[in-house]
Amino acid sequence: MMLLQIHEPGETPLPHENEKGLAVGIDLGTTNSVVAFARDQKAEVVRDARGIALVPSVVAYVDGAEPLVGELARRELLDRPEIVVSSIKRLMGRGTDELAKLGGQLPYELGPPAEGGMARLNVGGRLRTPVEISADILRAVKERAELALGRNVDRAVVTVPAYFDDAARTATRDAARLAGLEVLRLVAEPTAAALAYGLDSQAEGLYAVYDLGGGTFDFSLLRLERGVFQVLATGGDAALGGDDFDHAVAAKFLAERGGATDRAHLKQALATARLAKECLTTQDPWDGMLDLGDVESAHRLSRADLEALIAPLVDRTIGIARATLEDAGVEPGQLGGVVLVGGSTRVPLVRARVAEFFGKPPLTGIDPDEVVAVGAALQAEALTAGSDTLLLDVLPLSLGLETMGGIVEKVVERNTPIPVSRAQEFTTYQDGQSAMAIHVVQGEREMVDQCRSLARFVLDGIPPMVAGAARIRVAFSVDADGLLTVTAKESSTGVESRVEVKPSYGLTEEEMAAMLRASIDNAQDDMERRLLTEARVEARRAINAVQSALAADSDLLNEAEAARIAETIEAVERAMSGVDRAAIQGAAEELEHRTKPFAEKRMDRGIRKALSGRAVSDLGV
Amino acid sequence: MTLTVESSRRNDPDLAACWSCKGPVARGSLFCATCKAVQPPSPLDHFARLGLPRRFDIKIPVLEQLYFGFQRQLHPDRFATAAPKAKQISQSQAVAFNEAYETLKDPLTRAAYLLALEGVKVEGEGAHTIADEELLMEQMERREALMEAADVPAVQALAQAAKTDADAALSALASSFASGDKDAAKRGYLRLKYLVKLGEEARARRARLSMAR
Repeated sequence: MMLLQIHEPGETPLPHENEKGLAVGIDLGTTNSVVAFARDQKAEVVRDARGIALVPSVVAYVDGAEPLVGELARRELLDRPEIVVSSIKRLMGRGTDELAKLGGQLPYELGPPAEGGMARLNVGGRLRTPVEISADILRAVKERAELALGRNVDRAVVTVPAYFDDAARTATRDAARLAGLEVLRLVAEPTAAALAYGLDSQAEGLYAVYDLGGGTFDFSLLRLERGVFQVLATGGDAALGGDDFDHAVAAKFLAERGGATDRAHLKQALATARLAKECLTTQDPWDGMLDLGDVESAHRLSRADLEALIAPLVDRTIGIARATLEDAGVEPGQLGGVVLVGGSTRVPLVRARVAEFFGKPPLTGIDPDEVVAVGAALQAEALTAGSDTLLLDVLPLSLGLETMGGIVEKVVERNTPIPVSRAQEFTTYQDGQSAMAIHVVQGEREMVDQCRSLARFVLDGIPPMVAGAARIRVAFSVDADGLLTVTAKESSTGVESRVEVKPSYGLTEEEMAAMLRASIDNAQDDMERRLLTEARVEARRAINAVQSALAADSDLLNEAEAARIAETIEAVERAMSGVDRAAIQGAAEELEHRTKPFAEKRMDRGIRKALSGRAVSDLGV
Repeated sequence: MTLTVESSRRNDPDLAACWSCKGPVARGSLFCATCKAVQPPSPLDHFARLGLPRRFDIKIPVLEQLYFGFQRQLHPDRFATAAPKAKQISQSQAVAFNEAYETLKDPLTRAAYLLALEGVKVEGEGAHTIADEELLMEQMERREALMEAADVPAVQALAQAAKTDADAALSALASSFASGDKDAAKRGYLRLKYLVKLGEEARARRARLSMAR
């Protein structure tokens, strides 16, 4: 399939194309992040000098210095917990009010919200949004890849939990852009894992992916068939993961100590709890000390203790898996295999329960911490270099609108393949009503306040009519990244009133631009460069189109006309070798304009041919 | 990027102008034969879009192979590095094929769609005017039985009965379509719809009961 090519084989490639950076796959995890790179359908995880692939998703903000990310930041956790942020992924796309509700349980201090309403954390006196903190992690991961690959990295497939809603996906994409990465595609983590496994083993049939990470649980059911990865159903819990295991253990330790605890104590207790949990995978029991500065206390945890603490959480994951299979009308026995993803699937109880429910031992051939990044890298290669494999994903959570009485009217049901567009018609309920409030929500519940609010906007300028006469069409469009655009228009009178909303928690395009300016000095260049690249791609397309037309119908032109077109093409090429975006666009428009008479002659010829009963082109290719 | 050429051509039924090279493209083509640019979706019904005969009895594996084949060519992943307009067109093509596939793969939505194509309205205002009292009574009784079922095996039995009846209703619906009896098809559609819904409710009830244990 060569449809991807922007230029014909043998033609000179885009000038400056060599400048184009590499495309990588990034698993931006709650606990750890991993970056991988693929060439010829072989993916390799980027490791540091010591062979370690996992970059702890931990950032430390040391006064007046660049943020520390990864192991270095994690080391600060014990000494200066107040400057360290971890598990930030849990807050992606969350509103201030939601965080306030969680406030007591969170090991973070909330600061005043940003202008757009996005929550901000106060980390050692620095105010950072979850998007900015995630961007710091992504920037570090990007630099790691650049160091290892010796090339500029500027594009990425970034993975998100399948169960991430629109706000969290948008926040993730924004974080990547902030880190100087063009997001080629947001891919669901279980889908990425299935891609890694499927391409590796040439598997066919129904497969389930059980993905228990640090902060999220995802369960996806996929069909694999000759290079097609079709997601049939997905379920999960965006706030359930290994972190919750740690919280349960930490609470036990803190209760055993007695006495008051503060946020710093909680952070340290969580770190110790994690250590105990990880040790219990290979040893039993664990004995250790919890050093909270003032008093040291000794604690013992057996595997049975741990299992008793986490059993309810593991049961919840199995319940979600059961419901997802039932949704799709599939019995556990029909599955060809179950792929385990995420560090938390190392916990013996998790493996045992999964094996018990599915009636077969799960697949663990690829490191569960690395498999998502591997799949993302394969997809990054597929998107940039072309591929025969195809990922068909679904919308994880239903999208709807608020109607009378706070009831949700679903417009797009969950598990609908994406991209998808759906529209619903509404009408006015008062005579002369000139505006209508539109509230977009995401979730499965019937009442608006139990769903996630994505956007509110008002469609105004509705011409005066009697109640019920207006026809307001609200259209939902979800792209292949799972990102939503909503359009509303009144169409009964022919007067169109149109609003377009990109629901996103907090970040407007302007805020994004401002953050970009503030975060990196060359951010402006970065954005300008992206627009320049886009203009060049478009100009190249225009030239190719004209050249294809010339190859087919050049006999329609006399010498002077042909020469004029050739000149114009040269002018576009010249403009493209420069960096003036407006000049490139202008030259490309001039080319369209100059070739109009030629296009008309071609249409005339086409029609004459059609009339003489000869096929002009084979239908449907 | 306007299609001025096209509009000046007095609506030739078989030809459109390619948005990219402006030359002639046969209507319904996915790609321009000259410049290879992806073309916007044509106003086709779901059957025609996927190249299937317009009838109720379709083979799902055939439907899927056709759908996968089109998505392999048209999915936005194939246009990740293409010009913005081409990306946008590929998305609208993928949307059109997803909708066709979604509608036709499920017998219930396929039946409703096919009836709509035949001018028989089964959804929305004024569609539920047929007074099939027998069907209504039966459904009310079965729903009541479901609500009264106190344990998982009882719900399971009702769910199984609903499933068996749904399978029979599906066969009946297929024969109604095959014999061209639209009224019978409409009645069959409604019956199947109620049974499928009953099955879903039974599943939800079973889930609640097993959760409560």
